[in-house]
Amino acid sequence: MTRLEGEGGGDDMAIDGAEPAKPQLCNVPEGFDPNYLKLYYGKLFPYAEIFKWMSYGNDGKHPGCDHTYFGRREFSFTLENDIYLRFQSFSSSSELESSIKEKCPFKIDIGPVYTVDPAKRHAYAKAGDNVFSPVERELIFDIDMTDYDDIRYCCSGADVCLDCWPLMTIAIKVIDTSLRDDFGFNHILWAFSGRRGVHCWVCDLRARRLTNEQRGAIAEYFRVYKGNENNHKKVSLGQVLHPFLVRSYNEVLETFFEERLLPGQKLLETEERFENVLQMIPDESFASDLRGRWQDHRRSSNVKEDINIVRWQQLKHLSKSGKHKAQGLRRCVEEIVFSFTYPRIDMEVSKHMNHLLKAPFCVHPKTGRVCVPIDPDHCEEFDPTAVPTLSSLLRELNMGGPVADHENGWEGTSLSKSIRFFRSSFLQPLLKSCKEEIEASYNTELQQSKNSLSW
Amino acid sequence: MEVVPTHRKAAVPDATPALPLYRSAPQLEVRLEDFELFAIDRLRVLKGISDALSRGKRPDEMENLVSGLWKANMRHQDSSRVVEKDVISHFVLRLVYCRTEDLRKWFLSMETTLFRYRFRLLSASAQRVIMGELDLPYNSVISAEFENVKDKLNQVARSSVSAGPSLHTAETLFFKVPFEEVPELVAGRKVFIHKGFAYVAMHQVVSVVVTQFRSLLSKALVLTNRKWTSSIREQEQDRLTPIVEALSSSYIGPDYSQPEQFSEMSLREIDKVAASSFPLCMRHLFEKLREDHHLKHGGRMQLGLFLKGAGLKLDDALAFWKAELSRKVGAERFDKEYAYSIRHNYGKEGKRTDYTPYSCQKIILSTPGVGDHHGCPYRYFSDENLRAALGKMGVGSQIMEDVMDKVRNRHYQLACTLTFESIHGSSCDAGINHPNQYFKDSQKILQAKVIHSCSTQGIKCTIQADQRA
Ligand SMILES: [Zn+2]
Repeated sequence: MTRLEGEGGGDDMAIDGAEPAKPQLCNVPEGFDPNYLKLYYGKLFPYAEIFKWMSYGNDGKHPGCDHTYFGRREFSFTLENDIYLRFQSFSSSSELESSIKEKCPFKIDIGPVYTVDPAKRHAYAKAGDNVFSPVERELIFDIDMTDYDDIRYCCSGADVCLDCWPLMTIAIKVIDTSLRDDFGFNHILWAFSGRRGVHCWVCDLRARRLTNEQRGAIAEYFRVYKGNENNHKKVSLGQVLHPFLVRSYNEVLETFFEERLLPGQKLLETEERFENVLQMIPDESFASDLRGRWQDHRRSSNVKEDINIVRWQQLKHLSKSGKHKAQGLRRCVEEIVFSFTYPRIDMEVSKHMNHLLKAPFCVHPKTGRVCVPIDPDHCEEFDPTAVPTLSSLLRELNMGGPVADHENGWEGTSLSKSIRFFRSSFLQPLLKSCKEEIEASYNTELQQSKNSLSW
Repeated sequence: MEVVPTHRKAAVPDATPALPLYRSAPQLEVRLEDFELFAIDRLRVLKGISDALSRGKRPDEMENLVSGLWKANMRHQDSSRVVEKDVISHFVLRLVYCRTEDLRKWFLSMETTLFRYRFRLLSASAQRVIMGELDLPYNSVISAEFENVKDKLNQVARSSVSAGPSLHTAETLFFKVPFEEVPELVAGRKVFIHKGFAYVAMHQVVSVVVTQFRSLLSKALVLTNRKWTSSIREQEQDRLTPIVEALSSSYIGPDYSQPEQFSEMSLREIDKVAASSFPLCMRHLFEKLREDHHLKHGGRMQLGLFLKGAGLKLDDALAFWKAELSRKVGAERFDKEYAYSIRHNYGKEGKRTDYTPYSCQKIILSTPGVGDHHGCPYRYFSDENLRAALGKMGVGSQIMEDVMDKVRNRHYQLACTLTFESIHGSSCDAGINHPNQYFKDSQKILQAKVIHSCSTQGIKCTIQADQRA
């Protein structure tokens, strides 16, 4: 994943975890091809929807609309040869469309809205005062599967499968619920990052106007994982859990751990794996008691039951039994669950207004998959391996007969479900709120100017 | 504020609160000597706070320390002029510290900390007065609503260590505050948050007040800076300007942004020097880089700037990083993606400002995540890993226990200082405050030893020559 920061916060680059691509034989027919991409941008990419979204109602006729708004948004393009164009800006939907069609970017990133048109920032800088700074930016989250490599045994690095994807489902559920119930946000877009993770865009006006400090505070609120490469105990919970963590545990983590990850990742199956769990237990006698039971294969003669689940039940049962009823053992069960399930967000991405994030509906250049929105209410149904790819879409286009029948090229393709969801579940309610906000703030201003006249 | 050269004319503003918010410069006449003396006294307080923060002192320790520092430095023999001294010294230091981003950041952080602990020491009624002055018209949570959230509030109170053991939610007054106004409390999960509102207990109001204070001061500093550059510096060039400029350099200590003139680190000796003179945080990064041919962003910044400060020239830095990173990503990608940020650190790209090597305080406060190796090892290593690392550096088992003891008490810089002393067999009275200081002091000691052994054995002269090459 390429990550870049704006000039404001130090424009050093950080390219992490981008290992050289492995040849993926199964993907040969699915391959990514710049010519396919041209067709995708020509017929399928939802320009109008992206423009509507990024305008936040300011493209309307209401006198309170700010017509410079969309033009102050930074877009950046990564072209075919890793040529990187930052600070692109567009004054209209058609300008955006023709530029994307012409340049055919492998990746489109979206940055903040600045005080002035980012393409003309140098002209403003010459004029004197340092007026070029970000003023609005969605609160964003980036969750990447590579950050979970120490707790998944099915695959590593850039690969994902249906055994580890539940980790992303958990992240969506935990963070989405908190953003809505705790922080009171309503307009939240989740999107597949195209390969091995998810992105989250919180688009409420309140979210867009958060300062870096406030963004950092929210990111910290979500952070439980305090370990790093040099500390085994990855999660450290206090004596009493915060209500947010209690809810996350009761509603999401525990169930997903026991039903999906424990059997899916076979967390307690081999000695090597159960040692990783035993390491998290502070009470040595308790740990060695379990180790004894688990090393003794004869006892687990019941072949029908999953060995991982049997062992987990033993651990839970023993932690409550009189023998080991030490303080902190109960917490230790929770800490294990948290370690293997709790979301790990990339803090730096969320903390700074000027961090860029890949636009939804981009096509991932390695997998050819479209970064489609994910419905948080049904995120357990999302299958990253079944997401439309560039070539599957083009095949559909070819089979679909005369495209001219439809107003939009994507009608009739498997992308239409995603775009319809984007429109009805995200865009429409968002624009309704934007309209109300624009009217309300216009009326307040009007009122204030009246007052000052009569003063 | 007006500065008068000779006789003093005390004019204490009436009804000044015990803790001023410094919202406007006082209409006072100040003697030139007081101008400087008051400022120096206040600087002693701020410097003391800065040192304590970098040693990771706990809030209760900080409270005592701040109160002690204040009493020791900010008294005035004329008790009616104590407030005056407080206000004047603050405004003088505003001038001193408004002039660059880094200075402003430091001053803002220290003044805010000072304010926080002074506020905590006030009586409840005095605190309410200040809340009023800051326009914090918070509604207290009404009892019907309180019943609904009571359990959650209790849960938060018990989950939050700093809330203290004897907190009874039922007797505490709670305020409903937009979460944006209490970022610190949100970050620490120290409040219950529901639908965008944080439920803030009276004793937590400190955080709200401090946030307000900080934002007022932050804005004021930018304004002061503008005034300073546009008029004051010019107008006062014979009188205040020299004092202001002298004050700013007197107390912060070196920041190691420019490598020492005499020291130059060559690629040839880098491994040897790393083993002998790098503090653990840098040794660890250095070894990981050699091992994995990869470091995540935070690690590259922490190590890269340190090497710059230690005298590694840009060309050598590029060669050094390329030799490692390109083994993982290829030379072409290195040139395209990493070389930029290295040149950037040396001020050759982007804003062309030289980036300053990280101080201990910055490193201690950083938050390494998965796959990260930066941060302060004394803070982030597990007990076991830290012992292993110290052993490898040659710390004996006796000293090891002392180091671990400091770590347990979160005195990470003292732990590092002990390590330094143990390895070098020589004391370090000033304490370690900066990895580049560690490096410099270490080199000094080692070179002295080399010179010594040269004169006795006559064979190690080449080593010394090497180190100067
Ligand atoms: Zn997998």
